Amino acid sequence: MIISVASGKGGTGKTTIATSIALALASDNHGLTFIDCDVEEPNGHIFLNPKLEDAKEIYIDVPRIDNDICTYCGKCADLCAFNALLCTGDSVITFPEFCHGCGGCRYFCPEKAITSVPKRIGKIEKGLAEDILFARGCLEVGAALSPPLVDEAKALAGRGITVLDAPPGTSCPVIHTVRGTDFCLLVTEPTPFGLNDLDLAVQMVRTLGVPCGVLINRAHNGIELIEKYCRKEQLPILMSIPLSKKIAEAYSRGVPLVRVDKQWENKFRQLYRHIEELVANERNNYN
Amino acid sequence: MRIAVSAAGSEVSAPAEERFGRCAYFLVFNEQGELQEVIDNQGSASAGGAGIRTTQLLLSNKIDVVLTGRVGPNAMSALSSGGMAVYAGVSGTVAETMEKYKDGQLEPLALPNAQEHSGIKS
Repeated sequence: MIISVASGKGGTGKTTIATSIALALASDNHGLTFIDCDVEEPNGHIFLNPKLEDAKEIYIDVPRIDNDICTYCGKCADLCAFNALLCTGDSVITFPEFCHGCGGCRYFCPEKAITSVPKRIGKIEKGLAEDILFARGCLEVGAALSPPLVDEAKALAGRGITVLDAPPGTSCPVIHTVRGTDFCLLVTEPTPFGLNDLDLAVQMVRTLGVPCGVLINRAHNGIELIEKYCRKEQLPILMSIPLSKKIAEAYSRGVPLVRVDKQWENKFRQLYRHIEELVANERNNYN
Repeated sequence: MRIAVSAAGSEVSAPAEERFGRCAYFLVFNEQGELQEVIDNQGSASAGGAGIRTTQLLLSNKIDVVLTGRVGPNAMSALSSGGMAVYAGVSGTVAETMEKYKDGQLEPLALPNAQEHSGIKS
Protein backbone atom coordinates (compact mmCIF):
# COMPACT_ATOMS: atom_id res chain seq x y z
CA MET A 1 0.00 0.00 0.00
CA ILE A 2 1.49 3.31 -1.08
CA ILE A 3 -0.18 6.44 0.28
CA SER A 4 0.83 9.84 -1.04
CA VAL A 5 0.14 12.92 1.05
CA ALA A 6 -0.32 16.04 -1.06
CA SER A 7 -1.85 19.50 -0.85
CA GLY A 8 -2.29 22.07 -3.52
CA LYS A 9 -0.85 24.65 -1.18
CA GLY A 10 2.38 24.96 0.78
CA GLY A 11 2.30 25.31 4.55
CA THR A 12 -0.89 23.31 4.94
CA GLY A 13 0.55 20.60 7.13
CA LYS A 14 1.46 17.81 4.72
CA THR A 15 4.60 16.82 6.56
CA THR A 16 2.86 16.89 9.97
CA ILE A 17 0.22 14.51 8.60
CA ALA A 18 2.58 12.26 6.62
CA THR A 19 5.00 11.77 9.52
CA SER A 20 2.11 11.18 11.92
CA ILE A 21 0.63 8.45 9.74
CA ALA A 22 4.05 6.80 9.52
CA LEU A 23 4.64 6.97 13.28
CA ALA A 24 1.15 5.79 14.19
CA LEU A 25 1.42 2.75 11.94
CA ALA A 26 5.07 1.89 12.49
CA SER A 27 4.55 0.11 15.82
CA ASP A 28 2.37 -2.63 14.33
CA ASN A 29 3.74 -2.64 10.80
CA HIS A 30 7.40 -3.55 10.66
CA GLY A 31 9.23 -2.26 7.66
CA LEU A 32 7.03 0.79 7.12
CA THR A 33 8.68 3.13 4.63
CA PHE A 34 8.54 6.92 4.66
CA ILE A 35 9.84 8.76 1.61
CA ASP A 36 10.21 12.52 1.56
CA CYS A 37 9.55 13.45 -2.07
CA ASP A 38 9.68 17.19 -1.38
CA VAL A 39 13.19 17.22 -2.84
CA GLU A 40 13.49 20.99 -2.94
CA GLU A 41 12.81 21.38 0.74
CA PRO A 42 12.70 18.02 2.53
CA ASN A 43 11.68 18.41 6.18
CA GLY A 44 10.28 15.02 7.21
CA HIS A 45 13.58 14.30 8.98
CA ILE A 46 12.83 17.05 11.51
CA PHE A 47 9.95 14.98 12.89
CA LEU A 48 11.32 11.48 12.34
CA ASN A 49 14.99 12.01 13.26
CA PRO A 50 16.40 9.27 11.06
CA LYS A 51 20.01 8.14 11.20
CA LEU A 52 21.05 8.70 7.60
CA GLU A 53 23.54 6.03 6.59
CA ASP A 54 23.57 5.79 2.87
CA ALA A 55 23.60 8.36 0.07
CA LYS A 56 23.37 7.79 -3.65
CA GLU A 57 24.27 10.49 -6.15
CA ILE A 58 21.72 11.00 -8.92
CA TYR A 59 22.68 12.12 -12.41
CA ILE A 60 20.91 12.95 -15.64
CA ASP A 61 22.44 12.79 -19.12
CA VAL A 62 23.02 16.18 -20.71
CA PRO A 63 24.18 16.60 -24.32
CA ARG A 64 27.74 17.06 -25.52
CA ILE A 65 28.27 18.13 -29.12
CA ASP A 66 31.08 16.71 -31.20
CA ASN A 67 32.07 19.72 -33.29
CA ASP A 68 33.97 17.59 -35.81
CA ILE A 69 30.77 15.80 -36.79
CA CYS A 70 28.12 18.50 -36.22
CA THR A 71 26.81 20.21 -39.37
CA TYR A 72 24.95 22.91 -37.39
CA CYS A 73 21.63 21.96 -38.93
CA GLY A 74 19.90 23.23 -35.80
CA LYS A 75 17.53 20.29 -35.40
CA CYS A 76 18.53 19.73 -31.78
CA ALA A 77 17.90 23.35 -30.78
CA ASP A 78 14.59 23.32 -32.66
CA LEU A 79 13.17 20.33 -30.90
CA CYS A 80 14.42 21.06 -27.39
CA ALA A 81 11.32 22.13 -25.43
CA PHE A 82 13.47 23.53 -22.64
CA ASN A 83 15.77 25.74 -24.71
CA ALA A 84 18.90 23.93 -23.56
CA LEU A 85 20.62 24.22 -26.94
CA LEU A 86 21.42 27.16 -29.20
CA CYS A 87 22.58 26.70 -32.77
CA THR A 88 24.39 29.76 -34.12
CA GLY A 89 25.23 28.48 -37.57
CA ASP A 90 28.85 27.72 -36.79
CA SER A 91 28.51 26.25 -33.32
CA VAL A 92 26.01 24.64 -30.96
CA ILE A 93 26.04 25.93 -27.39
CA THR A 94 24.52 23.87 -24.60
CA PHE A 95 22.86 25.23 -21.46
CA PRO A 96 22.93 22.17 -19.17
CA GLU A 97 20.96 23.92 -16.40
CA PHE A 98 17.88 23.91 -18.65
CA CYS A 99 18.31 20.30 -19.81
CA HIS A 100 15.74 17.78 -18.55
CA GLY A 101 17.80 14.84 -19.75
CA CYS A 102 15.15 13.55 -22.17
CA GLY A 103 17.75 12.57 -24.76
CA GLY A 104 15.64 13.87 -27.67
CA CYS A 105 18.50 15.87 -29.17
CA ARG A 106 20.74 12.80 -29.12
CA TYR A 107 18.07 10.59 -30.59
CA PHE A 108 17.11 12.91 -33.44
CA CYS A 109 20.57 14.21 -34.40
CA PRO A 110 20.92 13.19 -38.07
CA GLU A 111 24.72 13.14 -37.83
CA LYS A 112 24.95 11.32 -34.48
CA ALA A 113 27.09 14.23 -33.27
CA ILE A 114 25.61 14.26 -29.76
CA THR A 115 26.85 12.12 -26.91
CA SER A 116 25.94 12.51 -23.28
CA VAL A 117 27.73 13.62 -20.16
CA PRO A 118 26.37 13.02 -16.67
CA LYS A 119 25.26 16.02 -14.64
CA ARG A 120 24.64 15.66 -10.92
CA ILE A 121 21.15 16.83 -9.92
CA GLY A 122 21.04 15.67 -6.31
CA LYS A 123 21.19 12.68 -4.03
CA ILE A 124 18.96 10.14 -2.31
CA GLU A 125 19.67 9.54 1.37
CA LYS A 126 18.48 6.53 3.32
CA GLY A 127 18.43 5.54 6.94
CA LEU A 128 16.36 4.27 9.82
CA ALA A 129 14.09 6.26 12.11
CA GLU A 130 13.42 3.69 14.85
CA ASP A 131 11.33 1.11 12.96
CA ILE A 132 10.70 3.31 9.96
CA LEU A 133 12.74 2.99 6.78
CA PHE A 134 13.36 6.59 5.87
CA ALA A 135 14.46 8.03 2.53
CA ARG A 136 14.59 11.48 1.07
CA GLY A 137 15.66 13.15 -2.12
CA CYS A 138 17.79 16.29 -1.91
CA LEU A 139 17.94 18.45 -5.02
CA GLU A 140 21.29 20.05 -5.75
CA VAL A 141 21.26 23.81 -5.19
CA GLY A 142 20.97 25.45 -8.59
CA ALA A 143 19.50 22.37 -10.26
CA ALA A 144 15.96 22.84 -11.51
CA LEU A 145 14.96 19.27 -12.06
CA SER A 146 13.07 17.49 -9.35
CA PRO A 147 11.06 14.83 -11.26
CA PRO A 148 13.95 12.40 -11.92
CA LEU A 149 14.96 12.70 -8.29
CA VAL A 150 11.38 12.08 -7.12
CA ASP A 151 11.22 8.96 -9.30
CA GLU A 152 14.48 7.66 -7.83
CA ALA A 153 13.26 8.28 -4.29
CA LYS A 154 9.91 6.63 -5.00
CA ALA A 155 11.62 3.53 -6.33
CA LEU A 156 12.59 2.79 -2.72
CA ALA A 157 8.95 2.11 -1.72
CA GLY A 158 8.75 -1.03 0.39
CA ARG A 159 6.41 -3.99 0.17
CA GLY A 160 4.44 -3.06 3.25
CA ILE A 161 3.03 0.39 3.82
CA THR A 162 4.83 3.30 2.22
CA VAL A 163 3.99 6.93 2.98
CA LEU A 164 5.11 9.54 0.44
CA ASP A 165 5.35 13.17 1.46
CA ALA A 166 4.72 15.16 -1.73
CA PRO A 167 6.00 18.64 -2.54
CA PRO A 168 3.42 21.45 -2.36
CA GLY A 169 1.45 22.53 -5.41
CA THR A 170 0.32 20.57 -8.46
CA SER A 171 3.35 20.76 -10.75
CA CYS A 172 5.62 18.05 -12.23
CA PRO A 173 7.34 16.88 -9.01
CA VAL A 174 3.94 16.47 -7.32
CA ILE A 175 2.55 14.55 -10.28
CA HIS A 176 5.60 12.28 -10.21
CA THR A 177 4.98 11.66 -6.50
CA VAL A 178 1.25 10.95 -6.67
CA ARG A 179 1.17 8.98 -9.94
CA GLY A 180 0.77 5.26 -9.43
CA THR A 181 0.11 5.44 -5.68
CA ASP A 182 -2.82 3.50 -4.19
CA PHE A 183 -4.32 6.50 -2.45
CA CYS A 184 -3.72 10.22 -2.21
CA LEU A 185 -4.57 12.04 0.99
CA LEU A 186 -5.18 15.71 0.25
CA VAL A 187 -4.46 18.03 3.14
CA THR A 188 -6.23 21.37 3.08
CA GLU A 189 -7.02 24.28 5.36
CA PRO A 190 -10.49 25.81 5.59
CA THR A 191 -9.80 29.11 3.84
CA PRO A 192 -10.68 30.34 0.35
CA PHE A 193 -6.99 29.92 -0.58
CA GLY A 194 -7.02 26.38 0.74
CA LEU A 195 -10.18 25.61 -1.21
CA ASN A 196 -8.81 27.04 -4.44
CA ASP A 197 -5.68 24.93 -4.22
CA LEU A 198 -7.58 21.85 -3.02
CA ASP A 199 -9.69 22.05 -6.17
CA LEU A 200 -6.55 22.17 -8.34
CA ALA A 201 -5.12 19.20 -6.45
CA VAL A 202 -8.36 17.21 -6.82
CA GLN A 203 -8.34 17.79 -10.57
CA MET A 204 -4.73 16.65 -10.75
CA VAL A 205 -5.33 13.50 -8.69
CA ARG A 206 -8.43 12.60 -10.72
CA THR A 207 -6.51 13.06 -13.96
CA LEU A 208 -3.94 10.61 -12.61
CA GLY A 209 -6.72 8.18 -11.70
CA VAL A 210 -5.66 7.90 -8.04
CA PRO A 211 -8.42 7.59 -5.42
CA CYS A 212 -8.33 10.41 -2.91
CA GLY A 213 -9.79 11.79 0.29
CA VAL A 214 -9.52 15.04 2.21
CA LEU A 215 -8.02 15.89 5.57
CA ILE A 216 -8.82 19.34 6.95
CA ASN A 217 -6.01 20.83 8.99
CA ARG A 218 -6.35 23.86 11.30
CA ALA A 219 -10.11 23.32 11.28
CA HIS A 220 -11.73 26.46 12.60
CA ASN A 221 -14.08 28.98 11.03
CA GLY A 222 -14.79 28.35 7.39
CA ILE A 223 -14.86 24.57 7.56
CA GLU A 224 -18.30 24.62 5.85
CA LEU A 225 -16.54 25.92 2.76
CA ILE A 226 -14.56 22.70 2.43
CA GLU A 227 -17.49 20.50 3.49
CA LYS A 228 -19.71 22.00 0.83
CA TYR A 229 -17.05 21.50 -1.83
CA CYS A 230 -16.44 17.89 -0.77
CA ARG A 231 -20.18 17.11 -0.89
CA LYS A 232 -20.41 18.55 -4.36
CA GLU A 233 -17.35 16.62 -5.55
CA GLN A 234 -18.30 13.46 -3.59
CA LEU A 235 -14.99 13.46 -1.78
CA PRO A 236 -14.75 11.80 1.62
CA ILE A 237 -13.51 13.98 4.49
CA LEU A 238 -11.43 11.47 6.39
CA MET A 239 -10.27 13.53 9.33
CA SER A 240 -10.07 17.01 10.67
CA ILE A 241 -7.46 18.47 12.99
CA PRO A 242 -8.46 21.56 14.96
CA LEU A 243 -6.59 24.83 14.98
CA SER A 244 -4.72 24.48 18.26
CA LYS A 245 -1.96 26.37 19.94
CA LYS A 246 -0.72 23.17 21.56
CA ILE A 247 -0.27 21.46 18.19
CA ALA A 248 1.40 24.54 16.68
CA GLU A 249 3.86 24.76 19.57
CA ALA A 250 4.76 21.08 19.27
CA TYR A 251 5.25 21.53 15.52
CA SER A 252 7.62 24.45 16.05
CA ARG A 253 9.74 22.26 18.33
CA GLY A 254 9.76 19.43 15.78
CA VAL A 255 7.49 17.21 17.89
CA PRO A 256 5.24 15.02 15.71
CA LEU A 257 1.50 15.35 16.21
CA VAL A 258 1.13 11.74 17.38
CA ARG A 259 3.51 12.49 20.26
CA VAL A 260 1.44 15.47 21.42
CA ASP A 261 -1.42 13.37 22.60
CA LYS A 262 -2.02 9.60 22.53
CA GLN A 263 -5.49 10.12 21.02
CA TRP A 264 -3.91 11.23 17.74
CA GLU A 265 -2.13 7.94 17.32
CA ASN A 266 -5.48 6.13 17.46
CA LYS A 267 -7.07 8.62 15.12
CA PHE A 268 -4.34 8.15 12.54
CA ARG A 269 -4.72 4.37 12.80
CA GLN A 270 -8.44 4.79 12.16
CA LEU A 271 -7.60 7.05 9.25
CA TYR A 272 -5.43 4.31 7.77
CA ARG A 273 -8.17 1.68 8.16
CA HIS A 274 -10.57 4.04 6.44
CA ILE A 275 -8.12 4.50 3.58
CA GLU A 276 -7.67 0.73 3.31
CA GLU A 277 -11.45 0.33 2.94
CA LEU A 278 -11.66 3.03 0.30
CA VAL A 279 -8.84 1.44 -1.68
CA ALA A 280 -10.44 -2.00 -1.40
CA ASN A 281 -13.79 -0.61 -2.61
CA GLU A 282 -12.11 1.12 -5.47
CA ARG A 283 -10.45 -2.13 -6.55
CA ASN A 284 -13.74 -4.04 -6.30
CA ASN A 285 -15.42 -1.44 -8.48
CA TYR A 286 -12.87 -2.00 -11.19
CA ASN A 287 -12.61 -5.78 -11.00
CA MET B 1 23.07 45.37 -41.29
CA ARG B 2 19.84 44.48 -39.47
CA ILE B 3 19.01 46.12 -36.17
CA ALA B 4 16.28 44.67 -33.89
CA VAL B 5 14.60 46.71 -31.16
CA SER B 6 12.69 44.91 -28.41
CA ALA B 7 9.18 46.34 -28.29
CA ALA B 8 5.89 46.08 -26.44
CA GLY B 9 3.87 46.57 -29.62
CA SER B 10 4.25 46.10 -33.37
CA GLU B 11 4.37 49.82 -34.36
CA VAL B 12 7.35 52.22 -34.33
CA SER B 13 5.24 54.35 -31.95
CA ALA B 14 4.97 51.45 -29.47
CA PRO B 15 7.04 51.60 -26.27
CA ALA B 16 10.48 50.02 -26.52
CA GLU B 17 10.63 47.04 -24.15
CA GLU B 18 13.26 46.73 -21.40
CA ARG B 19 13.01 42.96 -21.28
CA PHE B 20 14.92 41.01 -23.90
CA GLY B 21 13.75 37.39 -23.76
CA ARG B 22 10.18 38.17 -22.85
CA CYS B 23 9.37 41.14 -25.06
CA ALA B 24 6.35 40.75 -27.34
CA TYR B 25 7.91 41.95 -30.61
CA PHE B 26 11.14 42.91 -32.31
CA LEU B 27 11.04 45.71 -34.86
CA VAL B 28 13.77 45.28 -37.44
CA PHE B 29 15.43 48.30 -39.09
CA ASN B 30 18.16 48.76 -41.67
CA GLU B 31 21.18 50.99 -41.12
CA GLN B 32 19.28 54.03 -42.41
CA GLY B 33 16.62 53.52 -39.75
CA GLU B 34 13.92 52.26 -42.11
CA LEU B 35 11.54 49.67 -40.73
CA GLN B 36 12.09 46.34 -42.50
CA GLU B 37 9.85 43.92 -40.66
CA VAL B 38 8.20 42.99 -37.37
CA ILE B 39 9.09 39.76 -35.60
CA ASP B 40 6.51 38.26 -33.26
CA ASN B 41 8.63 36.95 -30.38
CA GLN B 42 7.36 33.44 -29.81
CA GLY B 43 10.32 32.86 -27.49
CA SER B 44 8.58 34.97 -24.84
CA ALA B 45 6.16 32.14 -24.08
CA SER B 46 8.94 29.72 -23.08
CA ALA B 47 8.65 28.28 -19.58
CA GLY B 48 12.40 28.61 -19.19
CA GLY B 49 15.29 29.75 -21.33
CA ALA B 50 13.26 32.49 -23.03
CA GLY B 51 16.44 34.46 -23.71
CA ILE B 52 17.97 31.49 -25.51
CA ARG B 53 14.88 30.78 -27.60
CA THR B 54 14.60 34.49 -28.45
CA THR B 55 18.28 34.59 -29.51
CA GLN B 56 17.67 31.59 -31.75
CA LEU B 57 14.77 33.43 -33.36
CA LEU B 58 16.89 36.54 -33.97
CA LEU B 59 19.68 34.39 -35.46
CA SER B 60 17.28 32.79 -37.91
CA ASN B 61 16.14 36.31 -38.86
CA LYS B 62 19.75 37.30 -39.53
CA ILE B 63 19.89 40.10 -36.98
CA ASP B 64 23.28 41.81 -36.39
CA VAL B 65 22.46 44.34 -33.65
CA VAL B 66 19.99 44.15 -30.76
CA LEU B 67 18.72 47.20 -28.89
CA THR B 68 17.11 46.31 -25.59
CA GLY B 69 17.13 47.04 -21.85
CA ARG B 70 18.10 44.20 -19.61
CA VAL B 71 19.86 41.00 -20.58
CA GLY B 72 20.37 38.06 -18.21
CA PRO B 73 23.46 35.83 -18.09
CA ASN B 74 22.14 33.00 -20.28
CA ALA B 75 20.76 35.37 -22.89
CA MET B 76 24.02 37.32 -22.88
CA SER B 77 26.11 34.24 -23.50
CA ALA B 78 23.68 33.15 -26.22
CA LEU B 79 23.79 36.56 -27.93
CA SER B 80 27.59 36.72 -27.78
CA SER B 81 27.91 33.19 -29.15
CA GLY B 82 25.60 34.19 -31.96
CA GLY B 83 27.89 37.12 -32.73
CA MET B 84 25.25 39.78 -32.22
CA ALA B 85 26.11 43.22 -30.86
CA VAL B 86 23.91 44.27 -27.95
CA TYR B 87 23.09 47.81 -26.86
CA ALA B 88 21.21 48.53 -23.64
CA GLY B 89 19.34 51.62 -22.49
CA VAL B 90 16.22 51.65 -24.62
CA SER B 91 13.63 54.23 -23.57
CA GLY B 92 10.51 55.90 -24.89
CA THR B 93 9.13 54.60 -28.16
CA VAL B 94 10.83 52.30 -30.64
CA ALA B 95 11.34 55.27 -33.03
CA GLU B 96 12.97 57.34 -30.27
CA THR B 97 15.22 54.42 -29.38
CA MET B 98 16.37 54.09 -32.99
CA GLU B 99 17.17 57.81 -33.06
CA LYS B 100 19.28 57.47 -29.92
CA TYR B 101 21.11 54.51 -31.39
CA LYS B 102 21.92 56.46 -34.55
CA ASP B 103 23.19 59.35 -32.39
CA GLY B 104 25.46 56.91 -30.52
CA GLN B 105 23.65 57.42 -27.22
CA LEU B 106 23.10 53.74 -26.40
CA GLU B 107 25.59 51.74 -24.35
CA PRO B 108 27.18 48.66 -25.89
CA LEU B 109 26.66 45.74 -23.53
CA ALA B 110 29.36 43.12 -23.02
CA LEU B 111 28.22 41.64 -19.72
CA PRO B 112 24.74 40.69 -18.45
CA ASN B 113 22.97 43.52 -16.65
CA ALA B 114 20.07 41.50 -15.22
CA GLN B 115 19.56 38.49 -12.97
CA GLU B 116 18.45 35.16 -14.35
CA HIS B 117 14.65 34.95 -14.74
CA SER B 118 14.23 38.66 -14.08
CA GLY B 119 12.05 38.99 -17.18
CA ILE B 120 9.48 36.70 -15.59
CA LYS B 121 8.98 39.03 -12.64
CA SER B 122 8.23 42.22 -14.52
